[in-house]
Amino acid sequence: MTVIIEDEEISAIVTPLQGMPGALLPILHALQDRFGYVPEDSVPLVAKALNLSRAEVHGTLTFYHHFRRHPVGRHVVHVCRAEACQAVGADALVEHAKKSLGCDFHETTSDNAVTLEPAYCLGQCAIGPSLLIDDEIHAKVTPARFDALVKGLRGGAK
Amino acid sequence: MTTTLYVSRDSAALALGADRVVAALMAEAARRGARIRVVRNGSRGMLWLEPLVEVVTEKGRIAFGPVMPEDVAGLFEAGFLTGGKHALGLGLTEQIDYFKRQERLTFARIGLTDPLSVEDYQAHGGFAGLKAALAQKPSEIVETVFASGLRGRGGAAFPTGIKWRTVAGVEAKQKYIVCNADEGDSGTFSDRMVMEGDPLMLIEGMTIAGLAVGATRGYIYCRSEYPHAMQSLQLAIRLAETDGFLGEDILGSKRTFHLEVRKGAGSYVCGEETALLESLEGRRGIVRAKPPLPAIHGLFDQPTVINNVITFASVPFILAHGAQAYQDYGMGRSRGTLPFQLAGNIKQGGLVEKAFGITLRELLYDYGGGTLSGRPIRAVQVGGPLGTYLPESKFDAPLDYEEFAKAGGTVGHGGIVVFDDTVDMAKMARYAMEFCVVESCGKCTPCRIGSTRGVEVIDRIVAGEKRDTNTALLRDLCDVMVSGSLCAMGGMTPNPVLSALDHFAEDFSKEPVR
Repeated sequence: MTVIIEDEEISAIVTPLQGMPGALLPILHALQDRFGYVPEDSVPLVAKALNLSRAEVHGTLTFYHHFRRHPVGRHVVHVCRAEACQAVGADALVEHAKKSLGCDFHETTSDNAVTLEPAYCLGQCAIGPSLLIDDEIHAKVTPARFDALVKGLRGGAK
Repeated sequence: MTTTLYVSRDSAALALGADRVVAALMAEAARRGARIRVVRNGSRGMLWLEPLVEVVTEKGRIAFGPVMPEDVAGLFEAGFLTGGKHALGLGLTEQIDYFKRQERLTFARIGLTDPLSVEDYQAHGGFAGLKAALAQKPSEIVETVFASGLRGRGGAAFPTGIKWRTVAGVEAKQKYIVCNADEGDSGTFSDRMVMEGDPLMLIEGMTIAGLAVGATRGYIYCRSEYPHAMQSLQLAIRLAETDGFLGEDILGSKRTFHLEVRKGAGSYVCGEETALLESLEGRRGIVRAKPPLPAIHGLFDQPTVINNVITFASVPFILAHGAQAYQDYGMGRSRGTLPFQLAGNIKQGGLVEKAFGITLRELLYDYGGGTLSGRPIRAVQVGGPLGTYLPESKFDAPLDYEEFAKAGGTVGHGGIVVFDDTVDMAKMARYAMEFCVVESCGKCTPCRIGSTRGVEVIDRIVAGEKRDTNTALLRDLCDVMVSGSLCAMGGMTPNPVLSALDHFAEDFSKEPVR
């Protein structure tokens, strides 16, 4: 399914922010917050608004793990794989997550419900393993708890 | 009579179901006709007890935890609002051993107050530091901070007073205060707890810095993985502005300080100060060569104070109580306190603020209670992913920047990650290199390429291929990374790798799995 995003829609997000000092990251965040990813079509518009080259915008966009250039599933699940969570079974949780969702990191389930991403620390290091579902944080996540949480996400279309 | 309850809004408590507990408390109270008021405080830092429910009584706040929604009916049944006994009862919160033995200067209010109440903040000493600062000359503020002995709490431990003095001494039209809230180190969460549990303290500390060096604008660069911290900072900034503690004409002083939160984008290296400045300016987070120092050519090429959250958060206490009061804690050249964070495989994980000089052993056993799994502790990583792995023989070194370094460790940001005896240290060493592959900014070749080669060499060692040659090669590679990288990413990734190799060599020489 291709969604057409009009230039006007992008400009409506870019224009109010372009006067900020160091506006590029706030603009990319605003675009991703709105569309779920940063559409390729927005790169030249952002470049023009900030008087940058397309290469500079592309370089910044692709440098940061947080920014995505493609649509994602309805929910994004970030599983922490940093040391503190590893000490309490994060590796097993990651393996379970991949198997149970049937997709690898940076991929989306076939029903388009969940995109799986790794995280390198969610700041819940005393109560791991932890994961973030969109902006909702969960700690002490066992494989069974993971399944219960994900079931809710995959249940019905949002 | 309405009884006041406290249930934390810290994301650790939320992650363990605090919101559901609050909903259950409200519903059960309504069902029984009991009148309760629930205040959402910061966390007391005893994270294994979250969600912690505190009941305000005449004797003080009584704690129950960890409370699950299904425990709520039983708590009411036991009369927990009026001092009734229950299996989850922990007695007076502040008498819990873990809490009572701490030296909480920076974390004094966290868990006690509603983080988003200016009134509560002031009732517990908030803005006393700012008021003291407004009564002083800028140079006096700088000298007070210098005299306190405060050093950068982000990990580098550079004397804060010297940094501020440098910025104060430069003439410029616009200076900046930047807070490094890109707390990416695994095993650390003290910055997060400040931002969520006492955001006004960070705002106050940064405002004082602005007054001290003549900066009128500040940014908090907060990592995108911390949505709750971002939200509470934004709300707190608005509150402080509304009440005249921030913005134009602070408390009628004609002094100005504007503060804005900026969101990171999932790059670990942006925790390095020059990469952070690049990112704030809207570019890739590529490390800058130093000099020039950010203090002279910082954000937008202007003089900039850039400090960690805990550094700024320590400042209000110093201004309110004087340099000596802070200086009185600690040992050697490490003055004051550090909020240590007990993480990983630990029974009683959480935040312990103590003066420098406490040993790892005390933290791990007296506070942490050993591992969560009940197995022996085998390795401990102090100071984040770039910190060394220490075996038990090093547990008695005092945590002081210099003394701990002599024992081969790095205090860093005070994060302590515990592993039991099931850990495979060759795997952890490989992970350290892999992490560097993912997070290297790419500027320095030894870091960008060396980390990938490091993963490969460790794989060969583990697979049993020419072990001696490959181990020598790995050490050589680490040497190149240490000497040939601009920042700590490449320069310190060898720490976990080499310490794993030095202290846990047996994990690299196991029979290979075919």
